[in-house]
Amino acid sequence: MKRVYADEKWCLGCKLCEYNCAFANTNQPDMAVALKNTEIVPRIKVEETGKINFAVSCRHCKNPICIQSCITGALYKENGVVMMDKNKCVNCLTCVLVCPYGAIVEDSGGSVFKCELCIKNICKEPACVKGCPNKALLFEER
Amino acid sequence: MLIEGQVRIPSGCAVSSIFSRSGKRFSGEDIITSIEVMHDRSNGLGGGFAGYGIYPEYKEFYALHIFYDNVSAKHECEEFLEKFFDIVNLSKIPTKKVKSITDEPLIWRYFVTPLKTKLADSQLEENEYVVKQVFRVNTNIKGAYIFSSGKNMGIFKAVGFPEEVGRFYKLDEYKGYFWTAHGRYPTNTPGWWGGAHPFGLLDYSIVHNGEISSYDANRRFIEMYGYKCTLLTDTEVITYMVDYLVRRQKLSLEETAAVIAAPFWMTIENMPESERKKHEYLRNRFSSLLITGPFSILLGFEGGIMALNDRLKLRSMVVGEKDDNVYIASEECAIRVIAPVLDKLWAPKGGQPVIFTKDRI
Amino acid sequence: MINYINPQYEVERDADRCIKCRVCERQCANLVHLYNEEADKMISYSEKCVCCHRCVSLCPTRALKIVKSNNTFKENANWSDQAMREIYIQAESGGVLLSSMGNPQPFPVYWDKMLINASQVTNPSIDPLREPMETKVYLGKKAEETVRDENGNLVCNTPVQLELSTPIMFSAMSYGSISYNAHASLARAAKELKIYYNTGEGGLHEDFYEFGANTIVQVASGRFGVYKDYLEAGAAIEIKMGQGAKPGIGGHLPGEKIVGDVSKTRMIPKGTDAISPAPHHDIYSIEDLRQLVYSLKEATAYKKPVIVKIAAVHNVAAIASGIARSGADIIAIDGFRGGTGAAPTRIRNEVGIPIELALASVDQRLREEGIRNEVSLVVGGSIRNSGDIVKAIALGADAVYIASGALIAMGCHLCRSCHTGKCNWGIATQIPELVKRLNPDVASRRLVNLISAWTHEIKEMMGGMGINSIEALRGNRLMLRGIGLTDKELKILGIKHAGE
Repeated sequence: MKRVYADEKWCLGCKLCEYNCAFANTNQPDMAVALKNTEIVPRIKVEETGKINFAVSCRHCKNPICIQSCITGALYKENGVVMMDKNKCVNCLTCVLVCPYGAIVEDSGGSVFKCELCIKNICKEPACVKGCPNKALLFEER
Repeated sequence: MLIEGQVRIPSGCAVSSIFSRSGKRFSGEDIITSIEVMHDRSNGLGGGFAGYGIYPEYKEFYALHIFYDNVSAKHECEEFLEKFFDIVNLSKIPTKKVKSITDEPLIWRYFVTPLKTKLADSQLEENEYVVKQVFRVNTNIKGAYIFSSGKNMGIFKAVGFPEEVGRFYKLDEYKGYFWTAHGRYPTNTPGWWGGAHPFGLLDYSIVHNGEISSYDANRRFIEMYGYKCTLLTDTEVITYMVDYLVRRQKLSLEETAAVIAAPFWMTIENMPESERKKHEYLRNRFSSLLITGPFSILLGFEGGIMALNDRLKLRSMVVGEKDDNVYIASEECAIRVIAPVLDKLWAPKGGQPVIFTKDRI
Repeated sequence: MINYINPQYEVERDADRCIKCRVCERQCANLVHLYNEEADKMISYSEKCVCCHRCVSLCPTRALKIVKSNNTFKENANWSDQAMREIYIQAESGGVLLSSMGNPQPFPVYWDKMLINASQVTNPSIDPLREPMETKVYLGKKAEETVRDENGNLVCNTPVQLELSTPIMFSAMSYGSISYNAHASLARAAKELKIYYNTGEGGLHEDFYEFGANTIVQVASGRFGVYKDYLEAGAAIEIKMGQGAKPGIGGHLPGEKIVGDVSKTRMIPKGTDAISPAPHHDIYSIEDLRQLVYSLKEATAYKKPVIVKIAAVHNVAAIASGIARSGADIIAIDGFRGGTGAAPTRIRNEVGIPIELALASVDQRLREEGIRNEVSLVVGGSIRNSGDIVKAIALGADAVYIASGALIAMGCHLCRSCHTGKCNWGIATQIPELVKRLNPDVASRRLVNLISAWTHEIKEMMGGMGINSIEALRGNRLMLRGIGLTDKELKILGIKHAGE
């Protein structure tokens, strides 16, 4: 299945992926309007140490530990993609604790959210990959 | 208004030829009949003929056909010729009054051979020596123009429809084993006598239909080798290219065709190894002699003819064969009118040279 | 200290659109943008801005633009802003003014004063989508005599050639003046396009020997990185006698840029200045050039064509004629608008002649001397589009060299600050964090796209002229007409005026 892969070699740490992610999930037409004066909570995060940067988002694991730990069945797999049903989430945050990548984030609205490869939003393909200026993010089969 | 030689004039045309493989000589009447059928392909601004085997009694001598604008040009030119050649015979070329052909220049014919001492001094081959003098006359003597310079052959041309030109020169009174004809459709007026076809150098004559888009690339290349394009016509440059490739570079006619109407690279890539190498070599080495744009040419030379179309076949040309005779013309009608029943009639492919030579007897 | 110079360009930020993502701040190596926490605002320091547009291009909300400052000195048609600014700089520094990339002065661009022909009625145009349209070119000396073997077959006596799928090559840019990734992109694109790129005078990085079949290796006056394997690695060897941007002077890559692999590739110690002398000190005349040409040929067993690259200067036709007789296979001429990684401003702006005139006179001269077939002609020095290429070939070039165009394709915005070494696009820099901004996967694709697009356009224009093979366009000056040119200019270009 196609996943988002980060290539540390080309990651500039510009963080455009974070903004593109946040913007895509607002489902709004204009980034300036959508993200003006907001603290973004993206589903992809650029990790930085010294001169090394790379972006991390949900790996869509083969045997996702988050799904195993989800007490309500809010996290589930569809065509290999780990998805999240907001309505079932009780905000227990077990998934946030167990995810080894820190790819699940608490939402201010009483649930969690995570990368769903932009399947549900208006972008329809990973916005982080589309907007990466240096091909440091790739959406491909490996 | 600028005349030919001062300005480049594109033109459309008709071509026709009759070639006897057995070398049987026949009068110029048939070729006039043939070209006349294609009257509408010309516009009365140029027509001409080349006949081979027409001067058997002078076959060892170069026959120079010359146009003079005036008597003083004639004097100057004759003075020049006497310095370099032994003139064994000279005369006015016989013509007949034809109503539509007017403003004719003085038209003279000289049978000459290079002066032995001058030739030796020049350290040139005889052919090269003659070519050099022809260029000198055509570029340096104002009002004089040598339009035919081969042995045992002659070019006859004028401003007018080709059938009228044939009658003007009384071609029915000449006998040759090979005739070519040309009717011209230049896109401006007035045509100039020297600019009519065929165009000749030594015993090569060329009639051509088309307008080549590679003209200036070809011209600027060939002029490096001592040729001077004084007329700025396609036919002139093609003649020099053929002369350079065949006479000076000693290429065969097939090889010459592979240069001027080279196969496409993708065709060459798919050829068997030895063919591919040969074509790659020729195309690369003589890349500036590739002709693009539409053309159908009939190249006449002592003992043979080569017909060639551009590589996309953008001009019509058909070949008819009957017994010993070969007919090649722009249109089938020009063949049928003189040879209604043929053994074979076919259209050569673009870039495919069609070569006929006299049978060895 | 008084600041005499005000910024020429200013950063304009649309406060309504700025979301303070700080991408501009992270991307500007010149530290123009800074987030001020107290004010919760992005602040721009325009005086540091070189107008490279990295921030503009990466701003996700299009909140930024760079505008020409309307701050002005008192208008003066003689003492231009530029003239005054240069004096302020020199009065402060006491040094030679440095500039990068090609001559930006408003000299005539002759490409823009020539128009291309097309077929109408008497001769059909050819549709490249339906008929073959050939752009393949061979570069090199052609044989003058026909030789046959005992069976009468033609003997291939063509000296060694370069085969190009399209008449465009990437011209010399050294590793050092441009980055590893820029070189990688050029090499990969050249291979995919079946053309050539040129190492410049900085040697060949060991990683790129695998692209040797598409590489022209350069031998310049400093001889940096030149050794046996290097000469043998390339498909051709170029002797650099001059460069259009700085005719008559050498090169100077400061020690700060001689780091790591650059030092290794140039074969000089780290931190030492790499100084290319103005002349080759073994070439003080044409007969010396001949010796170097043949030395290089001997060293490579006559298997590589030798290119001699010169800058277009006043006497270029006679110089080219000498080179054509020196044994060189190809002459490359670089016009005065050619780019550079760094050159003294005065030299770049005042020395040399336009490539169009140089090409026309060289081609004509070689033909008059009957030696045009002895060499191929490659021209560079600001080829900006496929129209320029068609015109160059019609004037007589066999192929063109492009460099600035290739850099622009990779992202260069012609900010002309290469000499600072802080290229925000990862091209003209050796700073690792900046170099990594140029991903060769992206940049080589863009180069391939550009050359493919130009080749398509060349084919369209050729088809329009009824020409289906590029060699029939070469030197075909009847296909050009001048517009707004004087008789003298037309005569030098060897073309007629439009309407004639």
